[in-house]
Amino acid sequence: MYVAVKGGETAIAHSLDLLADKRRGDRAIAELSLEQIDQQLGLAVDRVMTEGSCYDRSLAALAIKQARGDLIEAIFLLRAYRTTLPRFGDSLPLDTSAMVAERRISSTFKDVPGGQVLGPTYDYTHRLLDFSLAAAGDRPAAPTAPADTNRSLPRVGDILEREGMLEPPPRDGASEDLTRRPLTLPASRPVRLQNLARGDEGFLLALGYSTQRGYGNNHPFVGEIRYGHVPVGFVPEELGFAIEIAEIDVTECDMVNQFAGSHDVPPQFTRGYGLAFGHSERKAMSMALVDRALRAEELSESATSPAQDEEFVLAHSDNVEASGFVQHLKLPHYVDFQSELVVVRALRAEVEARRRQAVLDQAAE
Amino acid sequence: MADDAYNYAYLDEQTKRMIRRAILKAVAVPGYQVPFGGREMPLPYGWGTGGIQVTAAIIGRDDTLKVIDQGADDTTNAVSIRRFFAKVAEVATTTRTDEATVIQTRHRVPETPLREGQILVFQVPIPEPLRMLEPRETETRTLHALSEYGVMQVSLYESIARHGRISKGYNYPVMVNGRYIMSPSPIPKFDNPKLDRSPALQLYGAGREKRIYAVPPYTPVKSLDFDDHPFEIETWEQCCALCGSKESFLDEMIVDDDGKHLFVCSDTDYCERRRTLPEAAE
Amino acid sequence: MKPLLSARGLTKRFGARVACRDAAFDLWPGEVLGIVGESGSGKTTLLNCLAGRLTPEAGSVTYDSAAYGAVDVHDLSEARRRLLSRTEWGFVNQDAREGLRMGVSAGANIGERLMAVGARHYGDIRRTASDWLSRVEIERDRLDDRPTTYSGGMRQRLQIARNLVSEPRLVFMDEPTGGLDVSVQARILDLLRSLVGSLHLSAVLVTHDLGVARLLTHRLMVMQGGAVVEDGLTDQVLDDPQHAYTQMLVASILPV
Repeated sequence: MYVAVKGGETAIAHSLDLLADKRRGDRAIAELSLEQIDQQLGLAVDRVMTEGSCYDRSLAALAIKQARGDLIEAIFLLRAYRTTLPRFGDSLPLDTSAMVAERRISSTFKDVPGGQVLGPTYDYTHRLLDFSLAAAGDRPAAPTAPADTNRSLPRVGDILEREGMLEPPPRDGASEDLTRRPLTLPASRPVRLQNLARGDEGFLLALGYSTQRGYGNNHPFVGEIRYGHVPVGFVPEELGFAIEIAEIDVTECDMVNQFAGSHDVPPQFTRGYGLAFGHSERKAMSMALVDRALRAEELSESATSPAQDEEFVLAHSDNVEASGFVQHLKLPHYVDFQSELVVVRALRAEVEARRRQAVLDQAAE
Repeated sequence: MADDAYNYAYLDEQTKRMIRRAILKAVAVPGYQVPFGGREMPLPYGWGTGGIQVTAAIIGRDDTLKVIDQGADDTTNAVSIRRFFAKVAEVATTTRTDEATVIQTRHRVPETPLREGQILVFQVPIPEPLRMLEPRETETRTLHALSEYGVMQVSLYESIARHGRISKGYNYPVMVNGRYIMSPSPIPKFDNPKLDRSPALQLYGAGREKRIYAVPPYTPVKSLDFDDHPFEIETWEQCCALCGSKESFLDEMIVDDDGKHLFVCSDTDYCERRRTLPEAAE
Repeated sequence: MKPLLSARGLTKRFGARVACRDAAFDLWPGEVLGIVGESGSGKTTLLNCLAGRLTPEAGSVTYDSAAYGAVDVHDLSEARRRLLSRTEWGFVNQDAREGLRMGVSAGANIGERLMAVGARHYGDIRRTASDWLSRVEIERDRLDDRPTTYSGGMRQRLQIARNLVSEPRLVFMDEPTGGLDVSVQARILDLLRSLVGSLHLSAVLVTHDLGVARLLTHRLMVMQGGAVVEDGLTDQVLDDPQHAYTQMLVASILPV
């Protein structure tokens, strides 16, 4: 006698226990602290904060620990927490020209006001495994110049804009919040930028890359990349004036792109913009490339490539959505599959019957 | 989960109001997909986030909740969602269709006929019935607005031309109230007739796609077909190996290495009731 | 008798470029009007303005609808314009791939318009589709094949059948024989000529080929740089061109 499988509840409880056990690993090895993750896996924390749309290093570190280093799972954890938080209002736009930069480069000019600041970067490391890191041991502190908080760091884009060489930043549409309202298409640029900022780094990297290989080429130059600390301003209703509520680290990328001009508009460079929490240059650059590609229609370019297709890009950029829907295929689909089985069996039976009939007809002749 | 860390039924009251407004609009325009500000839920997208948000917005302490997946109360995802609501909404749960006031379901409509006052909440992966024919949302919204549904009928025509019959087994498209073509979610077409003029309220929630739609009680729901190729449901030569039902949707299992098949009811509550109460089997 | 389609003062710009300036004409029932000119002369822009696919900056297009009476094409709601365009109108694209659904069978392509207006009998739809297939000289046994398996000429004939199955009163054609071999072109021209005659169709035909215009159209408009420079009966225009540009076109293309 067949007995249907039961006991989902117990199975889930055991699965959770096993998972917790796996997460901790060998108890003889010291447990990771959130401070260690924050300090020593800082770029992972940056990515989780960026795509989790929540600037909180210790929460992101906790998510990474709980997710055993699976960053998309960690982003999901942080997002699910973030969504329950109350909203006090919108902060003022960040003024990145007031940034205390740790790194600032332009690849369009040899020198720019404020200077090129290399800062900490993997760019010029030789990718040789450093076996000395395998052993514990302290490193001497790197020599640094005292931070010059008064140094003005005008944005390269602003300088080009004053000359008329670069278009003013496109300002269309009020800012909306994608996490409060559904995405409607066509989307305003602020909504698009929010979507890209939350978007999966790998997805944007691949799309940005595709624009460089001819799928929607827009001849990009890095006008500027800067990384550093910026203050966050907020105007509480009861005060009526701005106060500084935090200082955060961000990476900003201004991409400068060719534009042939048209009958009415003389040739001029156009912008693509990227911004990410923490130090995330790959993300900020990819975002800037895709932002510019998505402006194809606005700039009367023919939109023929995936990176220029707003519906395609915005609908598929979110890794929490994508991961959930791909993995939902693990859920039971007995019923749908049974419907398909019934249909396919019936179709096969009909074909078989026709074949037999044909054989009979042939024999009868 | 700390009891006071989250609001009743997980969502904050403002979000619930927003979802209720979307539900009211959906009920007012049967079959129309209402965009809503879907929230990030603590369960993955594709695992019932839309249904969970709808349930969270309508559930109260007096409700009795039943959750099924593939017709069964004891599949892991159904268990997981039921536990979630037992915890955050402190509601009574049941496996009995007739006792439930709210039934959240994935891929099935219960065999036991529903009655007035009950609400059936569907989890929907892809709310747009035209999506596989037209991937662009901007275009499909226009097609719905203008009732331009030739393309859907073309796909059914093509199915007959190719296979001699409409070969769609689940997620079989329906026309709601003579106006909107709607995806009934991936229920087998076997369940489509149960949607027609049902006394219960049907709510459909798609979390990832951020859409809610509804079929109010007693609304006509017609499965698309041709006059000379009328809509048909699945039939089995076998009956349920446990309760002997010939009228229910059967799950098929492979029970030994020789590939021997066994068929049992997909609706576990219906099957169990027939076995324990002989009069129910009449 | 009322004109079927009237254009007045139609002007369409793309940025600073005027693609079509102040075009005006009347199209009478049963008449085939040709619009000729070199590429870039604005003839396709004019056609798209007439068919409601482009919105002009100025001017109007009035259509005498069987269902609604005289209507301004650009004042119609999108719903009604789309309905008109799949019932009373047809549109034959130069590239048949743009006018066909390449992923479904020829039968489904022809049957779509019927289904869009409510036909729900599979057998009847199929029979009608099969009849139309044979009317455009395609073997009936190709009914279940997809257009991807058709030759260029067959695709164009299928596109014509897909448009004419709803028995439209007015058909817009954009270079219907462009890009096809000469022998294939001739066959399609013959087919179009006989269909236009037997169905009493009115049509606006855009072509750069004066030979096609001579064969199919009753009246001609010659366009240059967005403006109509000459119009009149086809034979008159081609045999005795008045405008220098028309003379140049006739001289260069029709070595009679």
